[in-house]
Amino acid sequence: MRSIRKTLLGISVPSLAALCAAIILLIVIVIMADIVIGGWGTLSWEFLSKVPKDGMTGGGIYPAIFGTFLLVVIMSIVGVPIGTITAIYLSEYASQRSVLARLIRFAVNTLAGVPAIVFGLFGLGFFIQFVGKGMDDVLTGGTTLKWGQPNILWASLTMALLTLPVVIVSVEEAIKTVPRELREASLALGATKWETIWKVVLPNSITGIMTGGILAVSRGAGEVAPILFTGAAYFLPKLPDALSDQFMELGYHIYIMSTQSPDVEATRGIQYATTLVLLLLTFTLNFSAIYLRHRIRSRSVG
Amino acid sequence: MEFFIEKLITAIAFLSFTFIVLIFVFVFREAAPIFSGTTEVRKEAVVAEEQETYGEEYLGEAQQLKVAREKEKISVEAAGEGTAGLENLRGETWQPVSSHPKYGLMPLIVGSLKVTVVAILVAAPIAILAALFTSAFAPRWAKEILKPAIEVLAGIPSVVVGFFALVVMASVLQNIFGFEYRLNALVGGLALSLAVIPIIYTITEDALNAVPKVMTEASLALGATKWQTALFVVLPAATPGLFAAVLLGIGRAFGETMIVLMATGNAALLSGIVTEPVRTMSATIGAEMAEVVFGDTHYTVLFLIGSILFVFTFVLNAVAELFVRRRLMRRFSGQ
Repeated sequence: MRSIRKTLLGISVPSLAALCAAIILLIVIVIMADIVIGGWGTLSWEFLSKVPKDGMTGGGIYPAIFGTFLLVVIMSIVGVPIGTITAIYLSEYASQRSVLARLIRFAVNTLAGVPAIVFGLFGLGFFIQFVGKGMDDVLTGGTTLKWGQPNILWASLTMALLTLPVVIVSVEEAIKTVPRELREASLALGATKWETIWKVVLPNSITGIMTGGILAVSRGAGEVAPILFTGAAYFLPKLPDALSDQFMELGYHIYIMSTQSPDVEATRGIQYATTLVLLLLTFTLNFSAIYLRHRIRSRSVG
Repeated sequence: MEFFIEKLITAIAFLSFTFIVLIFVFVFREAAPIFSGTTEVRKEAVVAEEQETYGEEYLGEAQQLKVAREKEKISVEAAGEGTAGLENLRGETWQPVSSHPKYGLMPLIVGSLKVTVVAILVAAPIAILAALFTSAFAPRWAKEILKPAIEVLAGIPSVVVGFFALVVMASVLQNIFGFEYRLNALVGGLALSLAVIPIIYTITEDALNAVPKVMTEASLALGATKWQTALFVVLPAATPGLFAAVLLGIGRAFGETMIVLMATGNAALLSGIVTEPVRTMSATIGAEMAEVVFGDTHYTVLFLIGSILFVFTFVLNAVAELFVRRRLMRRFSGQ
C-alpha cells in the first residue's frame, strides 16, 4: 500500500513539475506565434518609414519609431554615466560595511521595485511641476508655458531613473570580473586609484557597460506607464525637433490604437505590426545583451 | 585631484538615494492637500459612525447593513462637494468626473486585490513547480529550452502582454467560459500572471540552487528518491526564498499598470465576483492622470493612490529583502 502511494507520488510530482514548465513554454510560443502571424502581413518598408494617415487608420509608424529612438538615446546619455559611476563607487570605493554604501544599495534595490506608474507620477510632480514650472518662472517670468508641460526631455529623464538599477547591476557585475592582479599590477607600477580605474578597470568592463546600456534601452523602449503623462502623444503632425516637444512612442501607440482608436477592428493589422516591431526591437536588444554577458562570464572563468 | 574625483564619484553614487527620497517627497507632496483642511469632514465621519452603532441595538443584521450603507452615502455626499475628505475617500463609488465627484477608493483597492490574487494564485504554483523541475528533475536539454523561454517571457514588454490579453486571451476565454463581460478581473489576473511568472521563477530557482549540496546528497545517501529529496528536503529548506519570490511577485502584480489597464475592462465596480470588470488603482492613475487639471482634487487623489502603491510595494520589497534573504543566509551558513 505504502509503496503504491510512493510510486504514484514518484510519478506525479516530477510530471506535475514538468507540466508547469511545459505550460510556460507553451505560453511563450503561443504569444510569439500569434504576434508574428498577426503582424507579418502589415509589416513592410512603407509601414516602417511612413507617417500615419487617414485619421490613424492607415500609413506607417515612423514617428513612433523615431520617438522611441529619441527617448532611449536621451535616456542613455543621462542614465548610463550615472549608473556606471554608481557601480564604480559601489565596487571600487565603498567598503561593503560602510553606511553610505548600504544606503545606496538599498536605494538601488528600492528603485528596482517601485512600480513604473509611480515613476510617471514622480516625473509629473518633480520634473514637470517643480523643475519645469521653475524653469519657466525663471526664464520667462512664468508668462509662457514651455518646460512646465509634458515633453520628451522629462519623459526621458523619468525613464533614465527607472532604468538606473539595470545599468548599475550590469556594470557592477562586469567590474567584479576584472581580475585583481590587473588592479594590483597597475597600483604597483605607481598608478593612483583613479588612474587604475580609468585606464585598467573601465576599459576591461566596457562590455559590461554596453550590456547595461542595452538592457536599459530594451526596458525603456518597452515601458509605457512612465510616459503616459510625461510626454507621449497620441498623434503629432511633425517629428519632435526640440527637447520641449512631445513625441510618439511605439508602446504608447500600441496602447492607444488598441483601446482608444475610433475603429479598433479596422486597425488590427496596424496594432499587430506595431507590436511585432516593438517585440523585434526589444528581443534584438535582449539577445545582444545576453551574448555580451556570456562573453564577460566566459572571460571570468578562463 | 584624486581626492576631488573620489568625492565626485561618491556624490554621483549618492544620487540614487537622493532620488528615492525625492520620489517619496514629491509623490506625497502632490497628495498632501487631501490631509490639510479636512478636519471638519473628519468630525462628520465620527458622528456618522456613532449613529451606526446605535442602529445595531434595534435592527436586524440585513437592515442594519442597509442603514449603515445609506448613512455612509449621506455622509459621503455631505463631504463630497468637490472636496476629497477622508469620508469621501472611504466611499464605495469612484466617480471623479461628475457634478458631485465621488472619490471612493474602495472599488479600486478591491479591484487591485482581486486582480493580484488571481495573478498570484495562477503564477505562484506554476512558477515554483517549474523552478523545482529545472533544479531537481530536468535533463540538460530541457533546462536549455526552459531558461531562455523564461528570459523571453520576462523580456516581453507589459504593453505587449496587455495587447495579447485584450485581443486574444479575452476572446478565447469568453468563448470557453461564456463570460458576460469580455474584459474582466479574471482575464486581467491571468494576463498579469504572465508578467509575474518570470519573477517568481527566477527567485525561486536561485533559492533552490542556494540549498547546500550536502543536504541533497545526505538525503539521497539515506535512500530517499529524487522526488522525495526535492519535495521534503530542498523545497522546505528554500521556503524563505519562495516566500520572498511570492512577495516580490505580489508587488509586481499590484503595481503593474499597462496589462490591467488594457485587460480588465476598467469599470470601477465594487463586487467580489471575479468575472466582472474591475478598475485597479494603477490603471486609474494611468487612465485619468492625463486628463485632470493640475492641482485640483482629482489630481490630488490620483497622487494619493500613487502614494499608496508606492508605500505598499516599498514595504513588500523591504520585507522580502531584509527579513527573508537574511534568514535564508543564516540558515545556510549553519547558525
